[in-house]
Amino acid sequence: MSESTGDAGMEEEASGTVKKFMFVNRKAPYGTVYALEALEVVLISAAFDQDVSMVFIDDGVYELVKGQNTKATGMKNFSPAYRALEGYDIEKLYVDQESLEARGLTTENLLVPVEVLNAAQMAELMDQQDIVISF
Amino acid sequence: MLHIVNKSPFERNALESCLRFGRDGGAVLLIEDGVYAATRGNAAEPRIRQAMGRLKVYALQPDLEARGMQDAVIDGVKLVDYGGFVDLVAEHKVAQSWL
Repeated sequence: MSESTGDAGMEEEASGTVKKFMFVNRKAPYGTVYALEALEVVLISAAFDQDVSMVFIDDGVYELVKGQNTKATGMKNFSPAYRALEGYDIEKLYVDQESLEARGLTTENLLVPVEVLNAAQMAELMDQQDIVISF
Repeated sequence: MLHIVNKSPFERNALESCLRFGRDGGAVLLIEDGVYAATRGNAAEPRIRQAMGRLKVYALQPDLEARGMQDAVIDGVKLVDYGGFVDLVAEHKVAQSWL
């Protein structure tokens, strides 16, 4: 581990142990720090070349709502970071259908392309993971 | 009495309790994650519409904008800025925050 900064070392390490990571987002942005913390952990995990999925259920779907403007509140608008995930090879974004519907939202209201799953499909996806981390 | 609710209606039952104890003619101000209750198609919409028949319902515009929900506000919900928030607190004898 002493040569952790070497490229060759990183690749060797990663190729041996690629695990399926799922990050479960269940909190609205801004009201608590969970959404932002989750995003930061996801970006860190991307550096380790793991197989990362992000799922958005319950109030977590609010994280992806288009048109967030925090100017008047003085808070940092971190929603553009979801658009940047693609650049870190994090392209598996899943949204729970029921959670969207209960909030009067459709994929039209979201700022990134996502795959909408029903509860059974989401459950199956969760079952396939090596590690599930919930925020 | 001014009732202030800052929690998402999906996350806590603060809104429900507030409406249960809010007397006719009172006011409810939705702030922070509480503003989601003031949006169309939200599961709380029927409760908000019913409440508007007997209470004044306000929502904090900066918090709606932060969450990208400013264009989804239920008709009849009055929007206030931070100055309006202060005015509401000053106008009412008692303000209760339902944490």
